[in-house]
Amino acid sequence: MTALPSSERSLFAEKLGLFLLLAPAVLWLGVLVILPHVEIAVLSFSERIAPRVYAFGFGNYLEFLGEPIYWRTFARTAFLSILVTLITLVISFPVALYIAKFASGKSKPLLFLMCLIPFWASELVRTLGWMMMLRETGVLSFLLQKAGLASGPVEMLYNDASVVLGLVYGGMLFMIVPLTNALESLETAQIEAGYDLGGSHLTVLRRIIIPHAMPGIVAGSIVVFMLTVGNFVTPVMLGGKNGLWFTEQIYSQFITRFNWPQGSAFGFMLLLLSTVIVWLGLRLTGQGFAETLRKA
Amino acid sequence: MTLVGNGVRGDFMSDSADLALLSVVKEFGAHRAVDSVTFDVAPGEFFSILGPSGCGKTTLMRMIAGFEHPTSGDIRIRGKSMLAVPANKRPVNMVFQSLALFPMMSVGENVGYGLACAGVDKIEAGQRITRILDRVGLAGFEDRPVTKLSGGQRQRVAIARCLVLEPTLVLLDEPLGALDLKLREHMKLELKQLQAAFNTTFLYITHDQSEALVMSDRVAVMNKGRFEQVGSPRELYHNPLTSFVAGFVGDANVWNGSTFGAQATGLGIKLSTGAALVGAGSGSGAVSAYLRPEAIALAAVPGELSSLPNRFAGTVSTVLFDGAASTLVIKAEGFPHLRATLPQAGPLAGIMAGAPIGFGFAPEALKIFPA
Ligand SMILES: Nc1ncnc2c1ncn2[C@@H]1O[C@H](COP(=O)(O)OP(=O)(O)O)[C@@H](O)[C@H]1O
Ligand SMILES: [Mg+2]
Repeated sequence: MTALPSSERSLFAEKLGLFLLLAPAVLWLGVLVILPHVEIAVLSFSERIAPRVYAFGFGNYLEFLGEPIYWRTFARTAFLSILVTLITLVISFPVALYIAKFASGKSKPLLFLMCLIPFWASELVRTLGWMMMLRETGVLSFLLQKAGLASGPVEMLYNDASVVLGLVYGGMLFMIVPLTNALESLETAQIEAGYDLGGSHLTVLRRIIIPHAMPGIVAGSIVVFMLTVGNFVTPVMLGGKNGLWFTEQIYSQFITRFNWPQGSAFGFMLLLLSTVIVWLGLRLTGQGFAETLRKA
Repeated sequence: MTLVGNGVRGDFMSDSADLALLSVVKEFGAHRAVDSVTFDVAPGEFFSILGPSGCGKTTLMRMIAGFEHPTSGDIRIRGKSMLAVPANKRPVNMVFQSLALFPMMSVGENVGYGLACAGVDKIEAGQRITRILDRVGLAGFEDRPVTKLSGGQRQRVAIARCLVLEPTLVLLDEPLGALDLKLREHMKLELKQLQAAFNTTFLYITHDQSEALVMSDRVAVMNKGRFEQVGSPRELYHNPLTSFVAGFVGDANVWNGSTFGAQATGLGIKLSTGAALVGAGSGSGAVSAYLRPEAIALAAVPGELSSLPNRFAGTVSTVLFDGAASTLVIKAEGFPHLRATLPQAGPLAGIMAGAPIGFGFAPEALKIFPA
């Protein structure tokens, strides 16, 4: 009488199968994502009260709020990341629309490849490329002088615009891919019906194309925003001393000052920032997170 | 409204017509998808273009809607050339093959989309939406998502979305293609009734000859980018002008043969399988002959058919019972393969395979065209 009824047994087998299937993902999530974060969370609440003596407390967070350079950098990172995400979206949308709906079958993979090629080089090399273009003795400065548009060398590096430029460039692919995916499933006849019933370009874009692309827009924006907020190389290289990015603060706490609890508190703030902005974005666009993931 | 030859009309009255096409050509590279098509559609007419898949029907319709530009020729609506008018400014609306309803909008929003584009104010638009949905039998459906509708209901939304704009012309590209057989039969009648009730000009394209024959005032038969014949369904059925029309419209026995000269009652031909027949038509040398199954008279004894110059004896090889559409397959000396309609009211209704049978047909019923 120990044998399970066959239906229960198959249910058990199903559960076991599911567990085995999910095991690697669960392990990965546990070891690489959750554990370090728990560690960081715990660390961020420990204060140094004497050399090598730590106690529980909110000091690291109070330090963050009390020091303007910290929360200003934090706010600046949040604002610029949103700006970068929006610019990336606006630039990528027509590109994705063209690839998805207007490019012929043969040119489609080629166009995709062209978007992908810059990513064969590492981010470091790509950013160095921008530095060569933008610096005082760089290509753009040279061309401007040749064309008579500038009288002397022009420095275009080390400002917010160059940081934004580099970040947008780095984010484009991650916006174009989900957008193209979303737009490819838009039936061409729907666009045509939009015009046929008297719609202008703007109406068709606003009422037919954008609503259809919404899951792709949200997915792409989330990815680009997260990549941008967490970027380190691009703001450091293109922004120089002026390009304060919150990741630099974390880096300096961990590596330069060796103040791990403070760095952990900053890291946690960054995580909080990403979560809140993504949540707000989903709320504003009326998209569900699961639904977005499914469609993207 | 008389027709001269291959869809080319002598008296061209493009000004009184809702739609007129003049020698319209469309080439894709070296391929001529639409080849010198000329026709016009009168106000309130239900005009169909019937042709096999790939013959250029959709291309022709897309040119009228404004999504393709003709390589040459002119398209006029109420006498005004449309070549320079973009798709969103033309007084035509299209029911797409896939319907192309907007899935993220409700029924009311789908129907109201065109009104909003035209700048109709909200209150009036609401009234017009209610009225049109009422007329197509979808009263109270405003807030339903279109994804939750049945095939027939989606069809009606697609039509309402066009009709609410009161266009000069509604274009329909095989709109019944996606429906199952039963619903298709039903929608055929419904479309015809809607068209009559709204008195709007319909241009309907299909590869299904039954749809075209049942609904249309006039039908153009299209083949390889050209119009083969334009006429009423009866004209096309009873007096096909080309071999293609005879074979494509309605059901027919098709035989190959060659002429052997004029006879007292018509043109004499000898089938490649041996039978000698008299039919109607022209040509000398190799010909194709078309005979409708229902034009064949049947008799248990051949003597009863003495008034017909073409009469033969054979045996029933198969009875294909299908109610009123039942047919006999007859095996007879000199004929390759012959299908005849079996009337279910006559004395032969109960005939079985293997029975001897006499059959015959009038010379006018056998249409002969040069092969
Ligand atoms: N955009 C296009 N480019 C190239 N060839 C096309 C295009 N559209 C249609 N064709 C060709 O034109 C012919 C007619 O197509 P279509 O008008 O869709 O036929 P139908 O609607 O009668 O089935 C086909 O051979 C098709 O391959
Ligand atoms: Mg077609």
